[in-house]
Amino acid sequence: MHIIVCIKQILNPDIATTNLRVDEKAKRVVPLPGISHVISPFDAQAVEAAMRIKDARIDDTKVTVMTMGLQSARAVLKVGLAMGADEGVLLADADFEDTDSKATAQILVAAIRKLEDADIILTGRQAADGDVGVVGLGIAELLCRPAITFAKAISSTNGMVQVVRVLENGFETIEAPLPVVVTVAHEIGKPRFSTLRETMRAAKKPVQTWTSSELRLNPQEVSSAGAHRRLERLYIPVKMTKCEVFDGGTPENTAAKLAQRLKEVGAI
Amino acid sequence: MTKDSGVMVVAGWEDDFSLTGLTTEMLGLARRLSDELGGPVSAVTFGKNLQSLSQPLYWQGADEVILVEGCNLEPYQADAWLPDLVKVIQDYTPKVVLIEHTVIGMDLAPRLAFRLDTSVAMGCERVAVKGEKILFTRACYGGKVLEEISFANNPSVATVKAKTQTSLMPDYCRTGNLMVVSSSVTDAQIRTRILDRNRVVSEGIRIEHAKVVVAGGGGLGGSEGFEILTELASVLGAALGASRVACDLGWCPPHYQIGLSGKTVAPNLYIAIGISGAGQHMAGCTNAKFIVAINSDADSPIFHCSDFGVVGDYEQLVPALAKEIQKLIT
Repeated sequence: MHIIVCIKQILNPDIATTNLRVDEKAKRVVPLPGISHVISPFDAQAVEAAMRIKDARIDDTKVTVMTMGLQSARAVLKVGLAMGADEGVLLADADFEDTDSKATAQILVAAIRKLEDADIILTGRQAADGDVGVVGLGIAELLCRPAITFAKAISSTNGMVQVVRVLENGFETIEAPLPVVVTVAHEIGKPRFSTLRETMRAAKKPVQTWTSSELRLNPQEVSSAGAHRRLERLYIPVKMTKCEVFDGGTPENTAAKLAQRLKEVGAI
Repeated sequence: MTKDSGVMVVAGWEDDFSLTGLTTEMLGLARRLSDELGGPVSAVTFGKNLQSLSQPLYWQGADEVILVEGCNLEPYQADAWLPDLVKVIQDYTPKVVLIEHTVIGMDLAPRLAFRLDTSVAMGCERVAVKGEKILFTRACYGGKVLEEISFANNPSVATVKAKTQTSLMPDYCRTGNLMVVSSSVTDAQIRTRILDRNRVVSEGIRIEHAKVVVAGGGGLGGSEGFEILTELASVLGAALGASRVACDLGWCPPHYQIGLSGKTVAPNLYIAIGISGAGQHMAGCTNAKFIVAINSDADSPIFHCSDFGVVGDYEQLVPALAKEIQKLIT
């Protein structure tokens, strides 16, 4: 079995808003110096899901981690490899910058086709920077494969995949034939820690780098795919809220003051 | 019908065949957009024996109702809905297609955009006409940043976040055109199969409808914390919610989760207890009328987005608050 996990390097999503700036003219997020780049947390969970499938299977299962980005995105491939993935693929090309979800899906699909047949393609439910959640389903559409979103558990038997899917008020179990695309929800749980040994081993695992020409992509096609979407404005919303803090000395007095105020404003 | 005009809403409904709150919100939005853009508001919905839905759809703003009827359309599966949805959209050629930003909509909209070879804006909080363009405003970077995007291709597909739009007052005199279509999809075309479905029936008030929400986070320190919150919630007639941290730690059921990857609520009063106020959480409750923060850390970002706050130990404060509120409301 071959599992491909598509992962993305993003600005650390845990940074405080105060460490984030937006250059409104360039319409870009500018991190303050020293802010790290990390694997998108949902994608780390997609790698975890791949490793759990691999651990549960008796056959030879290969896990490939794939990312599109700058040369620096190699770092997230290393994260995936240190978690136990077998190979890495980096898609790096100047043409790949500023692509929209559609172009991204097209580029990833070109690379997926170039690799040996994938049985399961995994992505996080959304990248934690754009918070869009389109690429995974786009891959499925372009490859004409079934897709299941928001997985909290994945297993594969008899040429099928069984996925427990998170609903608003519960869960459903869905089955689909391989090959299939599955997007992973955070409900799948914590990604495993990499041991020092795995991290050392990861350094020796093969990582291929492909550019646009190696994927036989038409650069015009890739750039025009993104041309329908126009970013008009990017900004940090200003919060006008001023917090009225209560302190009555004792919990009872504080609670009484707060309750009184809530009553005054019609909150209770 | 003029090509690329009007707004189509993919309507959702509850088990009792009433429209979802979000669908009435989307119809209100569609009405406002259509009045500016021209063209009708159409509503399409999937299921069987849906006739009773057409009237509420007109009352809330639809001019045209398209019911796609079939035996394999419930519960939702993308393969069952997409072929007919694509056809309906190609027939009606709306300029904008609005879909609920729910588990169904988040699964459906991206696929639809690819099939129509068009663009999609996910989780919109605002949709507005500006000259020739339609601007879609949505949160990114875990709710810390907002982006406004427009598209050059038609139709634009957008998912709309709950509690961000205003529904119209139902106009019981409104009526419109009804079209009933039989689903063209056979079981063989549906590649997925639902083996099992467990829906948690939450006791008490549904969090999406609650006037008051009491939510707990990592600061509670354990599942016992939710027992203390339950006491306050029962005094207030509130629904219980939680931050992602508390859900991930297993202190409460996953459907308690409020935020970007959970539910969106807009109660009159939101009481956040032991919640730090991460952007991705606040994205789910920012439209609450009043936010109260109770947190032991005075520097917690939650105090930047709350109207009222108390710095202190929730284990002492929350029972005291329950008592005081009880006194005031009885």
